Amino acid sequence: MRLDTDPYLQHYADRVGGLSASAIRALFAVASRPEVVSFAGGMPDTSALDFDAVTEVVARVLAEDGPTALQYGIGQGRPELREQLVGVMAHEGVPAHLDDLVVTAGGQQGLELTAKCFINPGDIVLAEGPTYVGGLGALTSHRADVRHVPMDADGMQVEVLAERLQELARDGRRPKFVYTIPNHHNPAGVSLSVPRRHRMVELAEEHDLVILEDNPYGLIDFAGETRVSLRELAPERVVYVSTMSKTFAPGVRTGWIAAPAPIRDKIILLREAADLCPAHFTQMVVERWLATQPWQAQVERFRATYQHRAEVMLDALATHMPPGVTWNAPGGGLFVWVSVGDGIDTSDLLAKAVQHRVAYVPGDGFYADGSGRSHLRLNFSYPPPERIREGIERLAALITDERELARAVYGDDVPAAGDVDAARPSGSDSSTPRTTGRIDMPAVVAREASS
Amino acid sequence: MSAATTRTEGLHVAVLNGGSSLEREVSLASGSRVTTALESKGHRVTRLDVDAGLVTHLDDLDVDVAFLALHGSTGEDGTIQSLLDLVGIPHTGPNGLSSALAWDKPVAQGLYRRAGLVVPDHVVLSQAAFRDLGAAAAVSRVGDLLGFPLVVKPAAGGSSLGLTIVGDPAHLPSAIMGAFSYNDRVLIEQFVPGPEVAVTLVDGGTLPPVEISPRDGPYDFSARYTPGATEFHAPSRLSDAANAAAEDAARRACDALGAHHIARVDMILADNETPTILEVDTGPGLTATSLVPLAAQAAGLAFPDLCHRLVELALARAGRDEPAA
Repeated sequence: MRLDTDPYLQHYADRVGGLSASAIRALFAVASRPEVVSFAGGMPDTSALDFDAVTEVVARVLAEDGPTALQYGIGQGRPELREQLVGVMAHEGVPAHLDDLVVTAGGQQGLELTAKCFINPGDIVLAEGPTYVGGLGALTSHRADVRHVPMDADGMQVEVLAERLQELARDGRRPKFVYTIPNHHNPAGVSLSVPRRHRMVELAEEHDLVILEDNPYGLIDFAGETRVSLRELAPERVVYVSTMSKTFAPGVRTGWIAAPAPIRDKIILLREAADLCPAHFTQMVVERWLATQPWQAQVERFRATYQHRAEVMLDALATHMPPGVTWNAPGGGLFVWVSVGDGIDTSDLLAKAVQHRVAYVPGDGFYADGSGRSHLRLNFSYPPPERIREGIERLAALITDERELARAVYGDDVPAAGDVDAARPSGSDSSTPRTTGRIDMPAVVAREASS
Repeated sequence: MSAATTRTEGLHVAVLNGGSSLEREVSLASGSRVTTALESKGHRVTRLDVDAGLVTHLDDLDVDVAFLALHGSTGEDGTIQSLLDLVGIPHTGPNGLSSALAWDKPVAQGLYRRAGLVVPDHVVLSQAAFRDLGAAAAVSRVGDLLGFPLVVKPAAGGSSLGLTIVGDPAHLPSAIMGAFSYNDRVLIEQFVPGPEVAVTLVDGGTLPPVEISPRDGPYDFSARYTPGATEFHAPSRLSDAANAAAEDAARRACDALGAHHIARVDMILADNETPTILEVDTGPGLTATSLVPLAAQAAGLAFPDLCHRLVELALARAGRDEPAA
């Protein structure tokens, strides 16, 4: 007899077909064990919050507005909160009016709603390579054809973007939008230079494009600097997404979209279909937090904490990593992007890493096409400094040993970093198609190991 | 500890799952199902995510029996079995020695072959062979000896982690590197074409052979744990003679290891008839998509009854004071 482990198989929508179990996700289950130093998550250090103040805010919301706080709200989100969020944007120099905003369940819902609003199956989206794994998830769940534009120390290479747009135009095609994380990119850790911002907007005009500007980290700049936003440069072309997850707490699931009015209206209708309205209670908590607490000082505290941890991580990398391993020195955000050099496949290495009690995210998770296997992403915002030192020491020992093993196994034919992507045959653990796309990550800011 | 008890109802069972093995997630899924199943049979169940406090926990809990829902190293390589023997807690599944033998795939394949069974032609290469003895210069001979395609996998471990099917010489070194992430040795086998079948042994008998047909590509991690990604038939669609041969081979493979109570034997039926043993799993997965529960379903054996039977067998073994290993 035939045994069905999923009797609903014939009933699913086409978009569900690609969702499957993954060995990498299973390994992350081990990474969450306390004995493992995990650089894998992207978690802010919520213990740096002033919990007396948070408790006070929550208590007052319930004491003063309890019945309202626990009631439904409107799909766009509370005007009082939107007004506060306009203030957060202004703090970063991003112009907006509260009518432009839609409150979302974190930035992630903003990305998903934007994808839902624009993407038909097979539509092309141009995105940085690498790009945010959650953004990829939102896009591919709507079956977008995500194509990567390489990056360097100044962010997306906009002249390559121009070439890609030309090529598509020659075929009579146009991407639905360009997805970019301009500030302290996840995972690459670099920011889009101001001249390139102007050029990107110019290209958007030329090709009649929408830009999805994803900005979770703009305020987490170690020097306290801000850069002109794409939204400011082209408010009618940009869907801007941001979040309180890095400036307050991800647990309140509060993000927002700022979009031109026609797009905003569609987004509101889509969100009402998805979940009716943002959680009223947490909206009121965030609103009161912003209105009554020195939230800018809290952001400063996060910045200082993360800057220190980034320095600790960079020092540890410089001390312990073998030659040939390179990384960028981030000016903000939560991540360091590492190139492990020739002959090492970071996806394979993760199994060995968790057995050595250290974890990271393999680079191929940040590409839609399976490339990136000689890179990995490290998070420095969550582990405390002594754990960072310990974890980097373990990782460096592992990479040193893996390098020796690769030399012993490959002999004179150690595959070059970009070719690791092509070296694995199909039918290996991951079903992702491989490409040979070599990624030149921030070579300009990459620091070679000192030893 | 009530090792000699004959009582098998209303027991206090510790379901051991999780841990730090690479198959932690699969183990937690198995443990969850087993817990529900044993509770439905009237047992008091304490589910334990195994860690460095395990022995103390078990001492404090005063359990009657430990149900092993652990997969991967520590759980399947004889470590936990030997430890439980030491602290006097009966456990489900094969004993420590059988587990250790099955866990080491090259050693186990030698035993199957000695017992007259067919195994794929294979080569074992250790990291030390490459680091210290220049094995890289001999890798091309693996292809000459066994031909392509080849199956490259870690010499120990389950869930197809680190497994690659290699179609040509250029891809062999990277597949070896991939398998080395999971174990110090790689097992490189000749690819045996034919239907893949798993036979479960419970309490000396066999459950119907389960035929495994992934809808797309090899039976890898994703095909194992994505519901619907693999089509299963039990008994297999092969001839009665082939099914009988598979069951007989499974029994002999388990005898070669001394593996009793429960084990799953994975094999290919070369040319649709000759059982070729791939491996014996002494801590088989018990998740919703795992082969043992599917075989039980095909046999009309309810999953809670299967779990309860394993508990009874554990207590009976302890009652007989069988040597642990």
